[in-house]
Amino acid sequence: MLELRGVETFYGTIQALFGMTLECAEGEVTTLIGRNGMGKTTTVGSILGTVPSRAGEIRFGGETVSGLPAYEVAQRGIGLVPEGRQVFPNLSVRENLVATAANYSDSDDPWTLERVLDFFPRLGERLDNQGSQLSGGEQQMLAIGRALMLNPRLLILDEATEGLAPLIRQEIWRRLEQLKSGGLTILLIDKNIDEFAHIADRHYIVEKGQVVWHGESESLLGDSSLKSRYLGI
Amino acid sequence: MKAWLPQTWSGRIYALLLLSLALAPFVLDWMKQPFYLDLLTRALIFAIAVISLNLILGYGGMVSLGHAAYIGIGAYCVGIPSYYDYYNGWLHLALALGVGGGFALITGAISLRTKGVYFIMITMAFSQMAFFLFVSMEEYGADDGLVIYSRSEFPQWISLDSAFGLYYWIFAVLLLALFFIHRLVHAHFGRVIVGSKFNEERMMALGFNTYRYRLACYVLSAMLCSVAGMLLGNFAGFISPDMMSWARSGELIFMVIIGGVGTLFGPLIGTMVFVLLEEILSAITVYWHLIFGIMLVALVLYGKGGIHGWLSLLDRGGGGRG
Repeated sequence: MLELRGVETFYGTIQALFGMTLECAEGEVTTLIGRNGMGKTTTVGSILGTVPSRAGEIRFGGETVSGLPAYEVAQRGIGLVPEGRQVFPNLSVRENLVATAANYSDSDDPWTLERVLDFFPRLGERLDNQGSQLSGGEQQMLAIGRALMLNPRLLILDEATEGLAPLIRQEIWRRLEQLKSGGLTILLIDKNIDEFAHIADRHYIVEKGQVVWHGESESLLGDSSLKSRYLGI
Repeated sequence: MKAWLPQTWSGRIYALLLLSLALAPFVLDWMKQPFYLDLLTRALIFAIAVISLNLILGYGGMVSLGHAAYIGIGAYCVGIPSYYDYYNGWLHLALALGVGGGFALITGAISLRTKGVYFIMITMAFSQMAFFLFVSMEEYGADDGLVIYSRSEFPQWISLDSAFGLYYWIFAVLLLALFFIHRLVHAHFGRVIVGSKFNEERMMALGFNTYRYRLACYVLSAMLCSVAGMLLGNFAGFISPDMMSWARSGELIFMVIIGGVGTLFGPLIGTMVFVLLEEILSAITVYWHLIFGIMLVALVLYGKGGIHGWLSLLDRGGGGRG
């Protein structure tokens, strides 16, 4: 569904991605892992077009999307749950969910406010609270709910569980598992590899702006030297 | 408490303000104070302009230092046709909306490609271009300005000829502007604008061409400000390029800040306070600019949220729900 081939991205004159190559297959959970500063979020920015790539190709659903403005990439069906959650602080939970809703995947059974509230009942209890009045976990649920309200074909989660309590993290993983079983394609960027390995199908380890290893969960979990060398765990 | 009454202290104060403005002409007439009716009329016109500026500055995060250009454009859309004996009010209104909107579309399309201090400077530059264009137009009085001998002519029931009639039509436009802004910012369009102010990149990643939304917002704001200019031309009976100077644009920004940025009634109360303070202080001392300046600096430093912010403290302190 999503393919990156030899993507090179710069911040001014500083190169951040050196021939990034990865693939997300339809209905699978793919992860992008690595230490801080290795280019994970830049990869997400390049896919979305917020940090445009200078070389290589990004294809989504069989079409080239590299070079398109961010809003056109999103309209093709890529939903992002950004690092730091970035819910709109002055909008209520309801407004955060409804204001940007769309059906970019032309789904026959689209995500609606009611469906999102069924999926995250906590949000239903805070519907009229402003985004800034929510706890970190609730903000994360809201950020995921907001992305689902776009009815994306691919959901990207950038550091979705960063700074959250273990119980909340478990809740998030359970919800992602449900989304996967519903057929949604997911690209996950996170550090808690041991917690989400069971829902992931394929992993890519990023080091200094390029993929240095990719494979399945069994291979990654079974190779402790790989984890210590590239992930520092 | 009746359900239709405002439920918060700030709401009650704003309702009282609107009621006072509605009754003011009768009270001032009874007190035989026509000067203060003129002062209030001028304040209401500026309030409309400030409400329009607040749409882009407060809700959209676009700090324009050239908004006064649209006051001038609106005023000249009355002055120039009147110079040729065209007094039809609908023509004046259509010209103000069309020319103001058109100028905003062209300048906004360029300005909105910049951000932050560059946006401030480029909006000021366009406003100064308009200023010097009218300064150079000797046919229309250049920097001496142009006298308007007769007000815009509408059907009999919208007569602007009497001070009372003009005041109440301006008041009606103000109420319409408040209603329009309220509906706009609570609609899908307004949510995208507010969201873009906080995080434009995020809004784009959600699939919105924020540039187009911001441009539409900029044009709507300019059109509303041009209507304020049209009313000012009718009220003052005299127009000059000074109406669109960058210093006037700065005053409009101050009025927004005093009242409360990004709030519905903040611009109205900010304008009232600004205009009344200007009047009161200038009656006390010739050095009123100094006192006024110190008060404004103190307000910006210590009055976060402006007057609306202070009134909101009343809501949190009890006495009202909200």
